[in-house]
Amino acid sequence: MDNLKKYNDVFCRVLNVNESVLNENFTFKAVPQWDSVAHLSLISELEDEFDVLFESDDILHYGSYLNGIEILKRYGVEF
Amino acid sequence: MLTGKVCIVTGGSRGIGKAISQVFAQNGATVYAIATREGSVEEWSEEFNKDVSGEVRSLYFDISDERAARDGVMQIKRACGYIDGLVNNAGVEFNELIGMISHDNMEKMFSVNVYGTINMLQMVSRIMGRQETGGSIVNITSMTALRGNKGQLVYSATKGAVISLTKSAAKELAEKKIRVNAIAPGLTNTDMMKQADPEKLQSRINNICMGHLAEPEDIAKACLFMVSDLSTYVSGQVLAVDGCTIM
Repeated sequence: MDNLKKYNDVFCRVLNVNESVLNENFTFKAVPQWDSVAHLSLISELEDEFDVLFESDDILHYGSYLNGIEILKRYGVEF
Repeated sequence: MLTGKVCIVTGGSRGIGKAISQVFAQNGATVYAIATREGSVEEWSEEFNKDVSGEVRSLYFDISDERAARDGVMQIKRACGYIDGLVNNAGVEFNELIGMISHDNMEKMFSVNVYGTINMLQMVSRIMGRQETGGSIVNITSMTALRGNKGQLVYSATKGAVISLTKSAAKELAEKKIRVNAIAPGLTNTDMMKQADPEKLQSRINNICMGHLAEPEDIAKACLFMVSDLSTYVSGQVLAVDGCTIM
């Protein structure tokens, strides 16, 4: 499975959404079910999936679907 | 008692941290002794490892550097797959009377004793939280945090912070099966103590009901209890290991 598919699967599973809604508008502020508890679950699942450990600043600023991809790239995950 | 367990001991190259690393390895653990000076663990670990069921491994990074701490913890996780125990032992101590407290020293103490402890706790608890078995975190504080001491205003404040963060972390992490406790050593017979003024030291020993300093192994054995399955229902506690001291 490629990394984008894995990434999307985590979002769909944790936030209970369909893959088709994952785009530039999919942000912490715009998605009601993406609350702080879901945020920590999302981070935890992504860390497990990609075998990384985020720094706290990255956890705090992981505010959108697209930004998350950029953050993961900095941890060596290729998309 | 720790066979098959993977443990991290910060400040693990000398003093109390060295004793903790050794006691854990003697009890079967794979121990990552964290230090900042390259080679300081190997000075004794290579010989030591020949006679124990566990193993002491070295890793060098500064716990107050969040990125370095993250990379170090990930290195352990990738090598072993899991982490069962963390002892936040690394600490910096400068003793200065009020009016002579140096801002630089104050920053160094808070940076290592508090921020470093939080860095390690944050990183490791995220890994432990995903394990079925959870884990155990032990933070080394000090009796000065509980009782106060002349010349140790800043040091005691950092160790008081360690007690507070221990109690909060215990509450927050209990549901993930992570126990968090603190151990408060009294006067301990480390290299640092050998430089103390003999008269002053004796007067302090006179306040210890048991009549002698703690050995680093005494502190290590308390850590062994806290990390082992003997303490599975103990969390959020501060255990004084001070020979019954009247300060």
